[in-house]
Amino acid sequence: MSAAADSARTVLEPTARTKWLSGGLVVLYALVASIPLLWIVMTGFKTPPDAIAYPPKVFFSPSLEGYVNLFTTRTRQTPEYMQSLPPPETWYDALVRTRNMVIAGPSPIGGRYINSLIVGFGSTFLAVFLGTLAAYGFSRFKVPIKDDLLFFILSTRMMPPIAVAIPIYLMYRVLGLSDTHLGLIILYTAVNISLAVWLLKGFIDEIPPEYEEAAMIDGYTRFQAFRMAVLPQAVTGIAATAIFCLIFSWNEYAFALLLTSGTAQTAPPFIPTIIGEGGLDWPAVGAGTTLFLLPIVIFTIILRKHLLRGITFGAVRK
Amino acid sequence: MTDATNIAPPGGVAQAERPRRARSAPAIGGKLKGLSDRSIAWLFISPTILLLLAINIFPLIWAIYLSFTNYRANKPGVPVKWVGLRNYEQILGSDDIWGYLQATAHFVVFSIALQVLLGFGLALLINKRFKGHATWTTVILLPMMLSPAVVGYFWTYLFQPQAGIFNYIIAFFAGIEPDSFTMIGDVDLAPWAIVLVDTWMWTPYVMLICLAGLRSIPDYIYEAAEIDRASHWRQFWHITVPMVLPFLMLAVLFRAIENFKMFDMVVDLTSGGPGSATELASINLKREAFENWRTGYSSAFAIILFVTVFGAANIYVKILNKVKQR
Repeated sequence: MSAAADSARTVLEPTARTKWLSGGLVVLYALVASIPLLWIVMTGFKTPPDAIAYPPKVFFSPSLEGYVNLFTTRTRQTPEYMQSLPPPETWYDALVRTRNMVIAGPSPIGGRYINSLIVGFGSTFLAVFLGTLAAYGFSRFKVPIKDDLLFFILSTRMMPPIAVAIPIYLMYRVLGLSDTHLGLIILYTAVNISLAVWLLKGFIDEIPPEYEEAAMIDGYTRFQAFRMAVLPQAVTGIAATAIFCLIFSWNEYAFALLLTSGTAQTAPPFIPTIIGEGGLDWPAVGAGTTLFLLPIVIFTIILRKHLLRGITFGAVRK
Repeated sequence: MTDATNIAPPGGVAQAERPRRARSAPAIGGKLKGLSDRSIAWLFISPTILLLLAINIFPLIWAIYLSFTNYRANKPGVPVKWVGLRNYEQILGSDDIWGYLQATAHFVVFSIALQVLLGFGLALLINKRFKGHATWTTVILLPMMLSPAVVGYFWTYLFQPQAGIFNYIIAFFAGIEPDSFTMIGDVDLAPWAIVLVDTWMWTPYVMLICLAGLRSIPDYIYEAAEIDRASHWRQFWHITVPMVLPFLMLAVLFRAIENFKMFDMVVDLTSGGPGSATELASINLKREAFENWRTGYSSAFAIILFVTVFGAANIYVKILNKVKQR
């Protein structure tokens, strides 16, 4: 706040003291609430003994062991065998050997992340594509029972997924969609589409229809006018919607757990199954969690201006 | 896209609507060659509607049918027998079920109460627009953007009695031994552990919606109150609270629906235990459906939960609308 703002202060402007106090309390909450996240990121850089040390270690010498363990499977070897090996070729070979182990191969985590990416982007693309069409339809045309249809679309979001999980499971088994990328993509598209339609309708409503009318008077068809006059202006809204859909698909767990077992499994059901030798390998879990959270954290920072709208999807607007 | 003009509108829907086309189509569209606006509208909207019918309504109807049978999904060869209302009788007569519902109610009520207090409080503070409020708001928002399952899982690490940071911090302030208690291993504490994690995760959500409510209050109302020399306390109770209430109620509705069907976070945090201290309705439902394979029985349970949520949500929305009109 500059001096100019101060001179224009009304009776409603909070005093400097109020601001200072409010700021202090909010920062305090933010710091306390950040501890769990910071802690899990830190754990990713600990060694396994440091991760289960008592009392918990706040200061530690960072190690990449968690990340190496996350991406590899390892086998324990006898000291004699370790002696007979040629010197390690890479730093991660050397790191694993300090624990009397050798790398046996890659772990499934890479595949699980790739599955998350395929399912996430696939369902996001479909939901945004279909959602944009439907939103345009609802925004620009007189559709019979429009309000009922819009409410129906919204209400599917309130349905407990577990209520439909059983028949979907049976249906997918019959159709051969269990444990496939396509199966999850279709499902996540259906869950995301209500958000996409409602959000995008809001964005498209704000674009004046005169643009298309002008384009159509110039001889363009409805489709061409939609593509050339509406889509370019809706790009911000489409991008914001896409990121919300992506965040949902990226984080979803219940359906992924029930409908996939291996080939198409995404990261959320997989991360809790990361185990090390002799108990849970918390540094590897920390590493896996950090890598999983990172894109969402970046998106959140990029997206914060759109957040409110996305979360309430227009329901709050009166 | 130009090819799409040749695609016939799906199904008979557009056919049936055609006679009314000229009346309701916007004048400008009607004059142009190609598809009528009405057909384009259906062409654009129908994929969404069909997908939702296939993935939501059809399975729901199927679940209703299954709830009257003794079908078991792990024995597809066994003929399906119609058992009438027996599944429903069994569920409503079971003491265990009431225990699960109680655990669910505890979770829903306390987590939402905490989230409302904290979220509304934070929104009031952030609304003072102190320097750097946008940055700190973003920091506060992070937990709700994460995967509930992964969040639940890494909290099991934070809750460990010895290596976990949570016990250590609590013990430091309470002056007790860090390993003298365990949040998720104790029957009395575990229900509070899930409330705590849920509150950590979703307070930002309530805060965001309250913030939207606070920002929607026009300044002139406060200015008028200021001229009338209403105290800040009176302004708070007679302006701020009533104006934010509809928003707050909406936040409560969304959170209540989410928490009533809560599954992912709790499964990875406590998986219902210890004993059945945190066995929420949806966790038990998953157990019956996908571990005990009592498909018919669990379908009936799913329908009961579904009807409960919808009934409660409908009553709540009626109250909400009354509050809004006031």
